[in-house]
Amino acid sequence: MPIIKKGEWVSDEWISVDDETDLPVEGDVLVSLTRYQENAAALTARAGKLGVRLEASEPPEAIADVVGSFDLITVDFPAFKDGRGYSYARLLRERFGYTGELRAVGNVLRDQLSLMWRCGFDAFHVNQSITPEVFAESIGELSIAYQPTGVTKDTVMNARHK
Amino acid sequence: MAQHSNKLAKIQAVTANRLLDGHVVYFTAEGQWSDWVDDVVLADGKEEADALLAKALPSVETRHIVDPYLFEVDQEDGKMVPKSVREKIRMAGPTIRLDLGKQAAVRS
Amino acid sequence: MYRYDQFDHKLVTERVNQFRGQVSRRMSGEMTEDEFKPLRLMNGVYLQLHAYMLRVAVPYGTLSSVQMHKLADIATKYDKGYGHFTTRQNLQYNWPALEDLPKILDELAEVEMHAIQTSGNCIRNVTADQYAGAAADEIDDPRIWSEIIRQWSTFHPEFTFLPRKFKFAVTGCSNDRAAIRVHDIGIELVRGKDGDVAFDIHVGGGQGRTPMIAKLIGEAISREDLLAYLEATLRVYNMSGRRDHLYKSRIKILVHDIGAEEMKRLVEEEFALVKKQGVLQLPQEEVDRIRAYFAAPDFETLDAECPELDAAMASNKRFAAWVNTNTAQHKQAGYTIANISLKPIGGVAGDASDAQMHVVADVAEKYSFSEIRVTHEQNLVLAHVKKSDLLALWETLEANGMGTPNLGLITDQIVCPGLDYCALANARSIPIGQEITERFADLDRQHNIGELKLKISGCINACGHHHVGHIGILGVDKKGTEYYQVTLGGSADEITSVGKIVGRAFTEHEIVDAIETIVEVYLDLRESPDERFLDAYRRVGIAPFKEKLYADN
Ligand code: HEM
Ligand code: SF4
Repeated sequence: MPIIKKGEWVSDEWISVDDETDLPVEGDVLVSLTRYQENAAALTARAGKLGVRLEASEPPEAIADVVGSFDLITVDFPAFKDGRGYSYARLLRERFGYTGELRAVGNVLRDQLSLMWRCGFDAFHVNQSITPEVFAESIGELSIAYQPTGVTKDTVMNARHK
Repeated sequence: MAQHSNKLAKIQAVTANRLLDGHVVYFTAEGQWSDWVDDVVLADGKEEADALLAKALPSVETRHIVDPYLFEVDQEDGKMVPKSVREKIRMAGPTIRLDLGKQAAVRS
Repeated sequence: MYRYDQFDHKLVTERVNQFRGQVSRRMSGEMTEDEFKPLRLMNGVYLQLHAYMLRVAVPYGTLSSVQMHKLADIATKYDKGYGHFTTRQNLQYNWPALEDLPKILDELAEVEMHAIQTSGNCIRNVTADQYAGAAADEIDDPRIWSEIIRQWSTFHPEFTFLPRKFKFAVTGCSNDRAAIRVHDIGIELVRGKDGDVAFDIHVGGGQGRTPMIAKLIGEAISREDLLAYLEATLRVYNMSGRRDHLYKSRIKILVHDIGAEEMKRLVEEEFALVKKQGVLQLPQEEVDRIRAYFAAPDFETLDAECPELDAAMASNKRFAAWVNTNTAQHKQAGYTIANISLKPIGGVAGDASDAQMHVVADVAEKYSFSEIRVTHEQNLVLAHVKKSDLLALWETLEANGMGTPNLGLITDQIVCPGLDYCALANARSIPIGQEITERFADLDRQHNIGELKLKISGCINACGHHHVGHIGILGVDKKGTEYYQVTLGGSADEITSVGKIVGRAFTEHEIVDAIETIVEVYLDLRESPDERFLDAYRRVGIAPFKEKLYADN
């Protein structure tokens, strides 16, 4: 499945490692939160970038103080109706100050992209039908927002009371 | 929507709602969907019923209907009569507005 | 009332186009029904028994005459000439075709209306006291704050896939006409320390399978903190509410499971952090901007007394009865609040024909500054009518089947659509309501019985508020046959209570007699005609009713 990042298809260079497999010597690795918590020191000391996978049941408070260690955080949407990940994204971006890639994975569908985008996700694990054109269309459907969330600084409120 | 399925049901037929207007439709012997309950094809017993429902499923793919399911039918004087109140109301229309729904339409 | 500015317009128009795209992707097969369903629900589209249903939002129940005319026109053009006003102050059309929906939404957008978030697991249309801006007892106009909440909650990207639906109600005073304690969040306007308007936030009320009364979590929250406090509450719910079971995912279950104290702690912890970020502070300019839309209309200076009205009442008994039951005290001398009953004897509670909608729009224009309210008890209100206009108003209403003098009486019921329309129903509600109104049609008898709130739901989802009816009726299904369970002693005002089940359920043929028996027992045991049904019930309990109802067993 392709990844759309900041509106473009990108190839996924990350090596997703499960909890039982040894870490590769080289390359950028993506590990579970459990594995990170058990091996934080070794993982951070490694050459190559580090990413962490958050499941829907793993609120990001666990990594609040160490978000700077990661270049990628993935948040899983086990079902598109499970909206916990939206809150996680906002916390990571707005409260913990995470600036790396924030990727939505799992059941990521066209009609949720703009919500995810507005909460601070900038990368999306999507199916083939979501081309960069479709992505742009989806993100552009609502051009202004009432709420200050994620990347949205252009709110209706600000526009009204400039 | 569990209340209209009955494990002990004997004679059953398949109904659904049409995608475009949401109206109630019934699965016929020709594999078509009719507005009228009298056109239903009947299935006797669980095996036949499951087979019938399986035959109706492709219409979901072709976007003709949504949510097909089995319901129990009796035949009275050669007319098809659903057993549950729910299906009787679906077949006819709101009981408090006899001017609306299928009960108000004349079959052409 | 509130008028859209360029931004509101733009968003509603863009939303219609977005939905048009979603419908066309469904029709072309790009989307499955499973994917489409939550999207259509988020725009108020259900699939009922006979057809689709469209739920149009009437934010905090306020409508202009122009909007009401439009609702009537849509009923004529795309539906079957009527609409249903609901307990959530919305309007439902029962027969629209899927392909017509984008066109209907275009027409609604022309008059600043929409179906946004009228269903789905998001923040739903905010409801409010129908006497807003007219009641003598209010601290501030709840519509101002409801509009602010409406905007904050509209397309909120974080709270679009909550564990379950989320309903707000706002009341402007301690007399609760908006049933705030049976909402996910109920807000009561209070006076803060500085004398400014502040907000008591009640969290975790609800009906459905497990009725619960909301707990006071936030006390006297200030104007600038309101949205931050709400955002904090919603975030706690979004992250911690259960998602494993449909019936356990409302916020009421979370509050119940962890306790009100712990909920308060979590919310306050989160609130402190949201507040620190500072971006959600509600600026005074924005409040002022919105407040200006709800400024009092140009009232005339009038005498409190109106001899013409007194004379008309003396000579027309039915009119006098209507004035007595259907009007309420206005804060402005010489004006009154007029309730339009959508509960004619034998009618469908809350239904109005296209012609009736036009009539209401016209009388509102003529007598009440072109503004109409929808009530959670499924009636309509003209909030600012001169006493001297009441007779003319009532005569028009009466001639069009909307002049029934029964507000708050046994024939003024809340009734859900039930098995006549609803795909989730166990039993029919409407015909039971109709039969009861016919049994108690005699006005003198109804007035003698006095205030009695009867509420009917066709299944445990409780859309008809049966848990909080003085008498509640719940439809249940026993092997494909309809039965009706009766509860007594519920109430949805400032002393909210959940009704108790009186005993085994009744058949369709027994239920009306059972209701009559209950009423007879009450009439026998009340201490005086001033003792309402609910007061009498609270004094004597359920036993005398039970005894009489099941005497033969
Ligand atoms: C006809 C289609 C309808 C469907 C499918 C439907 C569905 C539901 C469901 C599933 C619930 C239970 C939610 C829960 O307990 O979590 C519910 C509750 C409720 N509905 Fe409906 N409803 C319908 C119509 C209405 C109408 C017409 C009204 C207004 C008259 C309404 C107002 C309410 C209210 C006030 C509640 C209870 C309050 C609460 O949410 O706890 N619904 N509805
Ligand atoms: S209470 Fe039940 S029957 Fe009535 S409208 Fe709600 S879901 Fe339908």
